[in-house]
Amino acid sequence: MLRAKNKTGLVFFPAFDWAISPTHPEREERLLYTQDQVFEEGLLDIEGIVEYKPDLVTVKDVQRVHFCVPDPWAVMTESHFISAGGAKTIGMAVMDKKVDRGFALVRPPGHHANRVVHGARGFCNVNIEAIMVEYLRRAYGVDRVAIVDTDCHHGDGTQDIYWHDPDTLFISIHQDGRTLYPGSGFLNEMGGPNAVGTTINIPLPPHTSDEGFLYAIKEMVLPILADFKPELIINSAGQDNHYSDPITNMNFSARGYAQLTDLLQADIAVLEGGYSIEGALPYVNTGIILAMAGLDYNHLSEPDYDPERYRQSPATTRYIEQTGVKVLKNWRQRKALTEAVRVQPDCGQRSRRIFYDTDSIYETQLENIRICDDCAGALRIESTSDKRGSILAVHLPRKACPACKAQAYQWYETAPAERFNHIFLQDRLDDAYHIRKSRVPR
Amino acid sequence: MIIGLDVGGTHTDAVLISQNGLEKEVKVPTDESRLFETVLAGIEALTDGVDLKDIRRVVLSTTLAANLIVQNKLPPVGMVVAGGPGIDPELFRTNPHYFIVKGALDHRGREIAPLDEGAVEAAVKALKKTGIRYAGVATKFSVHNPVHERRIAEIMAPHFERVFLGHQLSGSLNFPRRVATVYLNAAVYPIHKQFFEAVKQSLASKGLDVPLRILKPDGGNMSFDSSFDDPARTILSGPSASVMGALAYAPKSGATLVLDIGGTTTDMAVLIDGVPLLAPLGIEIGPYKTLIRALQTQSIGVGGDSVVRLTDNGLTIGPDRMGRAMTYGGPVPTPTDAFCVLGLVNGGDHARAEEGMQILAHKMGRTLEETALSIFDQACRQIMAAAREMIDNINSKPVYTVHELWEGSEIKPRHLMVLGGPAPQFADRLKEMFDGNVSVVPHWQVANATGCALARTTSEVLLFADTARQVAVAAGEQFHKEITHTFTLDDARDLALQLLRDKAVKRGANPEHIEMEVIEAYQFNMIRGFHTIGKNIRVRAQIKPGLIRGYDPIAGKLRREDL
Ligand SMILES: [Zn+2]
Ligand SMILES: [Zn+2]
Ligand SMILES: [Zn+2]
Repeated sequence: MLRAKNKTGLVFFPAFDWAISPTHPEREERLLYTQDQVFEEGLLDIEGIVEYKPDLVTVKDVQRVHFCVPDPWAVMTESHFISAGGAKTIGMAVMDKKVDRGFALVRPPGHHANRVVHGARGFCNVNIEAIMVEYLRRAYGVDRVAIVDTDCHHGDGTQDIYWHDPDTLFISIHQDGRTLYPGSGFLNEMGGPNAVGTTINIPLPPHTSDEGFLYAIKEMVLPILADFKPELIINSAGQDNHYSDPITNMNFSARGYAQLTDLLQADIAVLEGGYSIEGALPYVNTGIILAMAGLDYNHLSEPDYDPERYRQSPATTRYIEQTGVKVLKNWRQRKALTEAVRVQPDCGQRSRRIFYDTDSIYETQLENIRICDDCAGALRIESTSDKRGSILAVHLPRKACPACKAQAYQWYETAPAERFNHIFLQDRLDDAYHIRKSRVPR
Repeated sequence: MIIGLDVGGTHTDAVLISQNGLEKEVKVPTDESRLFETVLAGIEALTDGVDLKDIRRVVLSTTLAANLIVQNKLPPVGMVVAGGPGIDPELFRTNPHYFIVKGALDHRGREIAPLDEGAVEAAVKALKKTGIRYAGVATKFSVHNPVHERRIAEIMAPHFERVFLGHQLSGSLNFPRRVATVYLNAAVYPIHKQFFEAVKQSLASKGLDVPLRILKPDGGNMSFDSSFDDPARTILSGPSASVMGALAYAPKSGATLVLDIGGTTTDMAVLIDGVPLLAPLGIEIGPYKTLIRALQTQSIGVGGDSVVRLTDNGLTIGPDRMGRAMTYGGPVPTPTDAFCVLGLVNGGDHARAEEGMQILAHKMGRTLEETALSIFDQACRQIMAAAREMIDNINSKPVYTVHELWEGSEIKPRHLMVLGGPAPQFADRLKEMFDGNVSVVPHWQVANATGCALARTTSEVLLFADTARQVAVAAGEQFHKEITHTFTLDDARDLALQLLRDKAVKRGANPEHIEMEVIEAYQFNMIRGFHTIGKNIRVRAQIKPGLIRGYDPIAGKLRREDL
């Protein structure tokens, strides 16, 4: 009988009745053929592969991560509570040692959702990995976490949420932002002044194939993970690097994804993007499940796969090798880089304009972080959007020091009520979310 | 009048049901090595003194196929499979004569690698040398397009007595289970045929030449003739006989837990609004996971004859059985002996029951009666724990739409129905442990045979339509039709119901009274680029398990002139 080497948990939630719009890539049909392939392969019958029904996340779970404007109900549908819940279910199964590892094969995705949410961007409303990670930290006392985002798009939402957190290593491998949405994720994006180096971006040139991806994993990601020593490794397992994906330009194969999964040995994988619903997803997901379970995936291949056709050019190989040198150098020199960042005036301040492509919302943000050597630092965000008005969002990190706590409460309590529609405080020391009465009519 | 006969592990129960209700019931011992004789003995005992002219139908539930599988006595058959990309099909090998040939279809049923006909011919050649007469064929995604299975069968047909095709046995997606299901059908077929033809012939020669029906594990029956197309569909019909026996008296609303407490095991099932719950995929027996549709049942090794042990953690019951209870000459104390000590049953040799109980009582430092009560309690606790686990499993079954997940409610049984030999004794104690209403199924000792007699003919159809490929396929019905791009979900529903009706009538259902329902209907717009290229439609329709028309459960009588 077929038996998994690693006991593997699976939440499969294809949301067959939910779409952003009828012809949107994020539509009902997206996981239909994946379901057919997974069922036909009999993957759920394999001894040691356990399917779970997703739990729902609570509003508290969401508010541990996000400032939703004006509230979670306004920016989430039922399906978001379920897909984040699916990730949480897998996280709990792993932490409870019911399984060795797990894969949340859920939709809608989440890695483009920032800490402040005015609506949907890049098909994402809330960040399902971050909601899971922060739940696991709260419920199980997990501290150091690594999130490796292998979606073809830069995981800018996850980067935003963990920008200031030195205990979360965020590594994103993606198609170069000069050639693809969201246009970010360059080498010099390395984290805020309290967490320089724990955000790592590995942009790859268009037409990178298996060789290049696996090189990035082996030569960059694995050594850095070994150095960081996370208690949990999460893989944001987007599948849009596939050679057949209609909205990207990469040349990754299903077997390549399986090998990547094998190398990375993530505790938890969460599906992100991937829109080649017939040519890629059925095979890639089967490959990931087999690899997670420690089963043979060498008989798996897309019907039309021709490795010769998708081989990367020597120039691409060289470019990736050079990128690797820079990535590792930045990682090794992160202390020195921190000094360099902190001597710059206004290093604790960022102002940004954020466009929500899915919902056509324009947001402007002014962010201030308290530079701190004792914790991740109190964070103050002023955010205004054309659709949802202005908010003040204050974040007090999980292991905040007394000085940062005082700063956060001062920001929250003394904010001029007439300037903001909503004033929020996310107090992670108390696991509480506070809302101050505002004087601006809604 | 209808005869229902259910072969169990220890007893074979038979009933005769007429316009007057339960006319007669008998119990004969089961001899597993002589099932044919057992069945005939049961019918002989039952019909003794009955006018055979009044009998209109015989329904059988036997352990024939299950025994062959569990005892590893399946005859050699030939298997030809084609997998394509995915898990290596070698890992699903069912038997020595298992040939893997090249050829593949993708998830939409499009050919991605042509069938290697030469390899099929080579397999035929190799099989012919062994003298094998029965064969099975399974290919991946054949339920979306049976073209390769059919071609393989075409090549093989002239050389074998019978070739079974995966897509004809179930429309569900699951290649490994398809392989196992085809294999079991091919392997069970010759023995099934021989056995039931012999039974039919002997009954006819006794003057009982009436339609013979066979119970399936989904709680429905099928005609003698149609059983030869699907002989493995007779496996494990026993638990479904009991559930159908309870059905007549079950509440019509809410969730009900049914417990059939026998000598060796307790079988559990759940009814929702008076309808038994079906298992998501199919029977699992021995090393085989199949696509044979079945009621969701669970069996645990706690029964009247289970071994009672005293361990460091206290008393345990089962899961094994070492013959009969001590009171009937068995070697070790059992719950039946505890009942005997407590005066709940007469038993055989009362002194022997006490003797066994005494050893345990001494070790526990308790009185004889206290010990017997503890055994009784422990048996009830183990049964209820297993029942809770089964309910939890049912409640954690995944769903794939937002609507189902959001609106889905948990099952919490408020009724408990008990049948089987020690049903009244157990029911009394379970009343104190169960939060809800507890009842004993009338005629609890033969309710399984009653269920067998009264089960209606069930069927299921799965239709798959792809308007981009312009095909509608109901693989199980050997239905394959070209459609236009205007084909709708409603067309698919109508078509599925028509196919279901035909199938049910062929299986022996009464064409005047067919209760059909659509249980799943999905339609997906297939978008490529910014254009809708077609619709992908899936419809599942069934005749749910239930009792035959004309049976009046309140009076317990058959109100039908033709039966
Ligand atoms: Zn990425
Ligand atoms: Zn993406
Ligand atoms: Zn601090």
